Amino acid sequence: MTKITGAQSLIRSLENAGTEVIFGIPGGTILPAYDPLLESSIRHILMRHEQGAGHAAEGYAHATGRPGVCMATSGPGATNLVTPIADAFMDSIPLVAITGQVSRPVIGNDAFQEADITGITMPITKHSYKVMDPDEIPTAIAEAFHIASTGRPGPVLVDIPKDVLQAQASFEWPDSVELPGYRPTTRPNRRQIRAAADLIRRAARPVLYVGGGVLKGRATEELMALAEATGAPVVTTLMARGAFPDDHPLCLGMPGMHGNYAAVTAMQRADLLITLCARFDDRVTGQLSTFAPHAKIIHADADPAEIGKNRAVDVPIVGDAKPIVGELAKAVLHDVATMGGRPDLSAWIHECNSMQREHPLAYEQEEDGRIKPQFVVDRFDDALKGEAIVVTGVGQHQMWASQYMRCNKPHSFISSGGLGTMGFAVPAALGAAVGRPNDRVVAIDGDGCFQMTAQELATATIEKIPFTIAILNNEHLGMVRQWQELFYDERYSQVYLPPDVPDYVKLAEAYGAVGLRAESMDDVDNVIDKSMGVDDRPCVIDFRCDPAEKCFPMVPAGASNDDIILGPGQEEAEQHEVGSDFAFGGIQAGEARA
Amino acid sequence: MTTHTLSVLVENKPAVLARISGLFARRGFNIDSLAVGETEDPRVSRMTIVVSVEGKPLEQVTKQLQKLINVLKIAELPHDASVERELALIKVHSEPAKRSEILGIVEIFRAKITDVDAGAVMIEATGTPDKIASLEQLLAPYGIVEMVRTGRVALARGSGGLKPPALRPVPIESQAS
Repeated sequence: MTKITGAQSLIRSLENAGTEVIFGIPGGTILPAYDPLLESSIRHILMRHEQGAGHAAEGYAHATGRPGVCMATSGPGATNLVTPIADAFMDSIPLVAITGQVSRPVIGNDAFQEADITGITMPITKHSYKVMDPDEIPTAIAEAFHIASTGRPGPVLVDIPKDVLQAQASFEWPDSVELPGYRPTTRPNRRQIRAAADLIRRAARPVLYVGGGVLKGRATEELMALAEATGAPVVTTLMARGAFPDDHPLCLGMPGMHGNYAAVTAMQRADLLITLCARFDDRVTGQLSTFAPHAKIIHADADPAEIGKNRAVDVPIVGDAKPIVGELAKAVLHDVATMGGRPDLSAWIHECNSMQREHPLAYEQEEDGRIKPQFVVDRFDDALKGEAIVVTGVGQHQMWASQYMRCNKPHSFISSGGLGTMGFAVPAALGAAVGRPNDRVVAIDGDGCFQMTAQELATATIEKIPFTIAILNNEHLGMVRQWQELFYDERYSQVYLPPDVPDYVKLAEAYGAVGLRAESMDDVDNVIDKSMGVDDRPCVIDFRCDPAEKCFPMVPAGASNDDIILGPGQEEAEQHEVGSDFAFGGIQAGEARA
Repeated sequence: MTTHTLSVLVENKPAVLARISGLFARRGFNIDSLAVGETEDPRVSRMTIVVSVEGKPLEQVTKQLQKLINVLKIAELPHDASVERELALIKVHSEPAKRSEILGIVEIFRAKITDVDAGAVMIEATGTPDKIASLEQLLAPYGIVEMVRTGRVALARGSGGLKPPALRPVPIESQAS
């Protein structure tokens, strides 16, 4: 056993836990940890705001599946991490947040930069540690990583007083953790799998309702097997975009408040929801009492507390996504082989396809009109060909990105879902680009969101982290504007953001990034093309979009999913020629030019 | 609203009480009483939490409690299959003339006088929450100076017992790969 400082023990522990990169900002109490970092194999990325550090770590975790690590000092450094920690809690993202704390003798004394961060974050962390003994640093870090990344993943905070970092510590990296109160169920109960397969066999109108846990649990191959074994249509929630390819004939796209008509309505008409690691969030269910009224519910999740929380369940299955979905697929295939083939779902598939055909995602782009934000996403989709990681902020642009970007690959759509954190995109894109340097990263952002965390452009420029930020500049807090238009008699209150303040091109350039602008439809492809050539720094594109454009379909908050409002071009789409049902490929998104 | 008695084994670590009471508050549950103390194993504390809820949300709060890393085990103790006790200290005005009356009540309730001075007596009573309530009611006319109740503690009847799970090391998966 070697004697080192607590700070050395911390850095060594992080190395042992497999940390490749820390997103952070030093300060008074965390200062000791920054010294051994100089000799460490861990890359530290100096962010410009701790919120950026937290979101970057989230973006990294989303993109790689490994826990993201962020570090901050005590007091304001730690409280600035609160938003990303809450975000990671809501979206089940493995995050380890390390914070400095004031020295042990002054804890509780209102010392300079003291904040009770373990207390503050108690409701928004999976667990937290306040390490009062330097010898306990390795155990705390090992447990933090274990807890963050197993079961239902989530954020874990490790708060370490400055004098603990400075003290002599014995270092021994544990090869196991002992957490008697933490034993997540990983293998599903066989009888429940059997019961689920029985429901699937008897269902005439099943829908696979796929949530983000399928991505977190790395179960996308198993999902494909299950979808093809059942032949049931698939909806992927915002957190699950890409878990099942949009181009697949069974894919109906995103359900929920701004979901595809077919995805929303298929759930309403379903007689069985095969719920895989989704949580019946209000943004998906709309008014809960009228949600999927005819459906029996199979609900699989890593977290037993999610089961039955919002919707009564017929078959609960607790465990990790991979074994659950895998074994369910096997059970269904077994039934298909032994019970005379797959149930005939052709009428149901035909009905879903008709819904897709009759109510596709669509918008109207006038040739000489202002740029429609959907058009920008559409053109990006065309240029990227699904070979990019797409990151979004929160608001209209987020919904358009989810609607019009084809998501065919897992772990390639990164967004803030549960918490709905504006400002997520720039730092999360940075984190994703760090985690997957060989992949192109494109953030679709709003002008409101962008301004909340734009300072991380400096980080990206200095660290030579390339990604594109497409600002759908509609001069407004667009989603709020949309609600004021629809629900507050067009009384616009505090939603206008002048499109020229700041000048996004000059701002990008001031940060050392590339700044581009598109003012008319004809510019769009050109600037996208230019952005593709930037590979050594961030690139910001200011797309001057139509401020009046609204996001549809829409289920107003609290309304039933049966009362979905369609937008222009989504109501009476022209009839397409359709061959066999299965030849009809995935989501229909289209642009209706007027 | 029915009251439920939850017996919760927790790790005896700092901030566990805050985690648990915070969880109840956050999820919108009122705690009627909460008593906590070490068990036969000093690493483990037992909390007895009395909470008023309907059946279904109780399941939700139990599941949420179970998710706390420091919570080892939870059992609901049905009133008819467990022993429930509470201790109360009640300080009552007692002029010498009234003292024997008060003593009579104390005897009926098998309570004790634990402190006496010229103007007041302190009564220590143990029993079910109902018994404590009746005692309080009977003492009220004499003038209660102050009182304190521990809140309910309870154990299931019979030879079985709630045991914390044994320590079992879980190998750390390498995060690096």
